[in-house]
Amino acid sequence: MYVYDEHDRQIAAERVTQFRDQTERALAGELSEEEFLPLRLQNGLYVQRLAPMLRICVPYGMLRSDQLRRLARITRDYDKGYAHFTTRQNVQLNWPALEDVPDILSELAEVEMHANQTSGNCIRNTTTDQFSGVQVDEVVDPRPYCEIIRQWSTFHPEFAFLPRKFKVAVNASENTDRAAIQVHDIGLQMVRNDQGELGYRVHVGGGLGRTPMVGPVIREFLPELDLLTYLEAVLRVYNRYGRRDNKFKARIKILVKALTPEGFAEKVESEWAHIKDSPTRLTREAIERIQGYFTEPAYEAMDNASERLASQRFENRRFDQWLSHNVDSHKKPGYAIVTLTMKKTGTPPGDVSDTQLEQIAELAEAFSFGEVRVTHQQNVVLADVRQDQLFELWQQIEPMGFATANLNTLTDVICCPGGDYCALANAKSIPVAESIQRRFDDMDFLYDLGDIDLNISGCMNACGHHHVGNIGVLGVDKKGAEFYQVSLGGSSHHDATIGKILGPSFAQDDMPEVIAKIIDVYVNNRKDEEPFLETYRRIGIEPFKERVYA
Amino acid sequence: MRDIISRDGTISADTWVVVPRPADGDALSIPDQPALIPADLWLAGKEHFEGRDGIGVWFDSHDEPEILDGLVNELKLIAVNFPKFSDGRGYSIARLLRERFGYQNELRAIGDVLLDQLQFMKRCGFDSYALREDKDATKAARSLSFFSQGYQAATDTDMPLFRRRAS
Ligand code: HEM
Ligand code: SF4
Repeated sequence: MYVYDEHDRQIAAERVTQFRDQTERALAGELSEEEFLPLRLQNGLYVQRLAPMLRICVPYGMLRSDQLRRLARITRDYDKGYAHFTTRQNVQLNWPALEDVPDILSELAEVEMHANQTSGNCIRNTTTDQFSGVQVDEVVDPRPYCEIIRQWSTFHPEFAFLPRKFKVAVNASENTDRAAIQVHDIGLQMVRNDQGELGYRVHVGGGLGRTPMVGPVIREFLPELDLLTYLEAVLRVYNRYGRRDNKFKARIKILVKALTPEGFAEKVESEWAHIKDSPTRLTREAIERIQGYFTEPAYEAMDNASERLASQRFENRRFDQWLSHNVDSHKKPGYAIVTLTMKKTGTPPGDVSDTQLEQIAELAEAFSFGEVRVTHQQNVVLADVRQDQLFELWQQIEPMGFATANLNTLTDVICCPGGDYCALANAKSIPVAESIQRRFDDMDFLYDLGDIDLNISGCMNACGHHHVGNIGVLGVDKKGAEFYQVSLGGSSHHDATIGKILGPSFAQDDMPEVIAKIIDVYVNNRKDEEPFLETYRRIGIEPFKERVYA
Repeated sequence: MRDIISRDGTISADTWVVVPRPADGDALSIPDQPALIPADLWLAGKEHFEGRDGIGVWFDSHDEPEILDGLVNELKLIAVNFPKFSDGRGYSIARLLRERFGYQNELRAIGDVLLDQLQFMKRCGFDSYALREDKDATKAARSLSFFSQGYQAATDTDMPLFRRRAS
């Protein structure tokens, strides 16, 4: 994992001093509410329904045990003893006091953390696949490239006041896309060309929100060293020509659409031609230096513990289920990737208490070299667990509530904070997630259904990624009452698709039944092991409509 | 009179007037003191201004600095307007003037210029800042000096941190 050197430390410390000064000037009335707004947003500070909300940056989802412990302490000392993992791999505090924020930031800086650019109209935290570096099928470990982007985008002087927020995601797996790159402002797919050279396929203009869009490819192959100059060209074109007259039309996707992807690509290419060979062009040494931080931990040479696991599975059915669903294969023999699920029914998806944060820190130290990764599905990954220790780990995490063996199933819901916390919400989202989790409490049935993404957002800002859920739920306001619109067929993977709206919306109480009917149509129509999405694509939306609105 | 802040935070009085774009059909009226006029109008009447001191130009945030390619150094002062502090287009305009068109003389930020933008303006090549009148100019030096280095190359340095680390 990346470790700060004296430059990073100095910049981080200077930032804390600067934000303290800005907060003091705001509290002293020297900055208007409007003037302070972008400053606090660039520091992750929203003012929300109940209190300010502080979004803490977790670069591409990586956290160390000491950082988890510090987060736990901060939630205890400055908040209500819990935090929330977000769909962009960050951590959010829901109740800090504004005047405490500078102190929280200094505490974070001590463990190399910050809240820079976690909101506001700037370049946000770069996200990636939570299995980076440990999975079998990746082209290269994408995290060093994310770190390079992090450094380049941090306090970039030209791009601090963009028309709108700007999110970059990187994926390097050939077969899956766990980072949903095609619904980001820039999505980078790492690839090798015919000559075997490393580079990126560049998608620009994806996004959710009001106008959901899958990002078109604007460059099939960008050579590895050209990353930053090309990003700078894209951002410059966006900064100059993105719409600023209407907040709802200000994302880069609207510009790409207006110019057409080809037209946009041309503008970028001609800008890039000027700066391509500028000193911002990466060097081989610079990449290798950062790669040096993401070397393999001290793995032991081991064989797969297949026999041992087989007998443990045989003796314990729940362990068996957990192993099948929450554990993934690792590139090293004898190791496994474990996902700790934060989706226990009755707890808002992604919520963790201070004690749980400390438990995760301890688990990471005991089982996974002291590091974890936050996932965009709001879970936490222990990436390097020895197979012969899986049973012991499972025994420890069961009582902690991290072993709900529902990963990627219908009840592994992605859900935004919704009306319980968020001032922008049309409707609550957490209770809907919970009622669906309660309705589908039969694990065998869930397993039989296979992987289904159910995503819930409380309004069209789409923090819960409802458009790209196989089943998406969106809170809408109908004459002052909370209603829910359902969409089907979305995907955030390589086959990224925006879901189609099923029809008129439903009352909250009806939601579990509506989902049950949708599932019913799937079960009655599926062929063999066909996943939900494939059945939907084969039979279309009509059979679902007929059943649900019958 | 507005305060003009320089790169090191020193304060001086503004001697320039910004001449607004005349309404359609109206003629440009230039006062008898150093004046900044809209860049395209300067270009259109360039011969007319030749040999005359105290003429500079200003760009609005939606203007294209490309129109002055090759001519920038005929001017002693170019200003870029920030109609709203949250409008970030001026930063790109400044970098283009400096890094692409090679402008060497004074580059000034005008309009909704607040303390917290100064650090970014400085890095993008502005060397004077017409701070909005209600803001405290004595705090500018501090706002300009929070950061002792940045990660990126910009107008102020062509050495991004990754190159400095290597040397
Ligand atoms: C509770 C306070 C929150 C507020 C006020 C808020 C506000 C917003 C707004 C206004 C947008 C739309 C921006 C646009 O389309 O340009 C947005 C998008 C988004 N939010 Fe939130 N959000 C909140 C919490 C969260 C949380 C907790 C998460 C993660 C669980 C989250 C994840 C996202 C994501 C992933 C998007 C991107 C959608 C896209 O690509 O357009 N937000 N948020
Ligand atoms: S989707 Fe809407 S309700 Fe949910 S967190 Fe985002 S802004 Fe709030």
